[in-house]
Amino acid sequence: MIELKNVSIVFGQGTVNENKALNNINLKVKEGDFITIIGSNGAGKSTLFNTIAGTYTPTDGQILANGRNVTRDPEYKRAKYIGRIFQNPLLGTAGNMSLEDNMTITHKKGMKWLRRSLNNKTRELFRKELVQLRMGLEHRMKENLVMFSGGQRQALTLLMMVLSKPSLILLDEHTAALDPKNAEIVLELTNKFISEYNLTAMMITHNMSHAIEFGNRLLMMDGGEIIFDIEGEEKKALTVEKLIQKFHELRHKTFENDRTLLAED
Amino acid sequence: MIEGIFVEGLIYGIMVLGVFISFRILDFPDLTVDGSFPLGAALMVQCLLLGMNGWLALLVAFAGGVLAGVVTALIHNHLRVPNLLAGILTMTMLYSVNIRILGNRANVPVLNQPTILTQVTEKFTGIIPDEYILLVFFLIVALVVKVLLDLFFRTDLGMTLGAMGNNEQMVISQGVNPKTLKTIGVGLSNGLVAVSGAFAAQYLGFADVGLGQGIIVSGLASVMIGEFLVLKSNRIGVLTLCALAGSVCFYAVMYVGRFYGYLIHMTPSDLNLIKGVLIIILLIMTQAKKLKVPFKVAK
Repeated sequence: MIELKNVSIVFGQGTVNENKALNNINLKVKEGDFITIIGSNGAGKSTLFNTIAGTYTPTDGQILANGRNVTRDPEYKRAKYIGRIFQNPLLGTAGNMSLEDNMTITHKKGMKWLRRSLNNKTRELFRKELVQLRMGLEHRMKENLVMFSGGQRQALTLLMMVLSKPSLILLDEHTAALDPKNAEIVLELTNKFISEYNLTAMMITHNMSHAIEFGNRLLMMDGGEIIFDIEGEEKKALTVEKLIQKFHELRHKTFENDRTLLAED
Repeated sequence: MIEGIFVEGLIYGIMVLGVFISFRILDFPDLTVDGSFPLGAALMVQCLLLGMNGWLALLVAFAGGVLAGVVTALIHNHLRVPNLLAGILTMTMLYSVNIRILGNRANVPVLNQPTILTQVTEKFTGIIPDEYILLVFFLIVALVVKVLLDLFFRTDLGMTLGAMGNNEQMVISQGVNPKTLKTIGVGLSNGLVAVSGAFAAQYLGFADVGLGQGIIVSGLASVMIGEFLVLKSNRIGVLTLCALAGSVCFYAVMYVGRFYGYLIHMTPSDLNLIKGVLIIILLIMTQAKKLKVPFKVAK
């Protein structure tokens, strides 16, 4: 699916502020993987996502998508097969447009031309898909999205992204800005969609128990490197305590500070 | 007299629709308008003087405007120049281009040449009272442009343009290149402005390189007045109608100022000050009312 070969990113190269955000990353994401990613602030998690999505071009190394070299492809080109959800729930939808207009724009990826695909047939299709969210949004198709809550908008973004059938989805702490109840709903939907549609996904989280509970594979990042990569039965056996222990072993750092960053619940 | 007020508002209304597209839908404050308006006028007049059919000349003016907009968009997209500066660059260059088109003159009249307007007037003399012919004609033209725009913004492409002005990241995430969208949008906007300039030149009987001076301010003021007329709606049909109505109101005020301003010792040169003050007042009123402007970015 997606493969990173010796990828490094250096910001401000050659200046005093030189910062190696990603250091020689090698990662192979297999089809059907659901990878959770943890790491303290500044570990390089978001940079990793930005690099995979094409927002940043690597200073070194290669990115392959289905065997094709896409290292230099701009973000909008990769967006055709990589779906992405941000922490900010407003980034995935256009607030001052109606729900049905938003769905018209998102239900097919790629450049839009002069046809009008919003009609009663597509409306019926959208309505059926919206029922899956169980939020009653199917009755509010003509409302502007500014009227919706952050949780509803994030759930919508998730649904619209899933419908476009991306080969990889990147979830960048997509529940972190929501209240606990909505966060749980969105997370449950995420898990449901990923298994139902058999999606390949990567999810950044600050919540260790979520990282352990969800997915079949777990990455731990620190200082721009992937320091720990575990999957299958081994991952199932993980506990929060073991994870903290592992971090300590690998990095010989006191966990006092990081323990608060890698929140446990 | 009364028809003169409306005619002006409708002619410039096409320009206001262009400004509405760039400022409100695309969220791309585009100052190219000050140059593309006289560009449309200059192209129209020169094509007429060459003996070209009026409607064909209008098409040339439209194409010229689109090109001007595309240049601005390209400067912005590929040289990473802020959109305001990109517009100023094109506008400055257009000043020279316009004088070239006018044959190294700043002002070229078309008084003895048949124009679209003289043809229309000839055709309908006797059917409609003479003084209302142009009013009816421009009313139809403005409404046709408005309806075409409404249809355009209801297509997938049009909706995506609206989404980009609202949330650029969303458009990128949909696999659409925002640069392409900006080029299309700013091009269309300036095409309309040039068409407006072309009609203005025929109505005034000349093309002048200074026709566009401060036109962006008039356009923006008109858009803002229009937004004041109807509260909160995101239906494109309502929004474009507001832009047109705003233009008619704005130019009516300016018309009255030009003809009756002397009563309070106002000169035509004071009008620019009035325009600016009008915008400031509108801004204050908008803030006071906490009125939400449709299609504004939510970041």
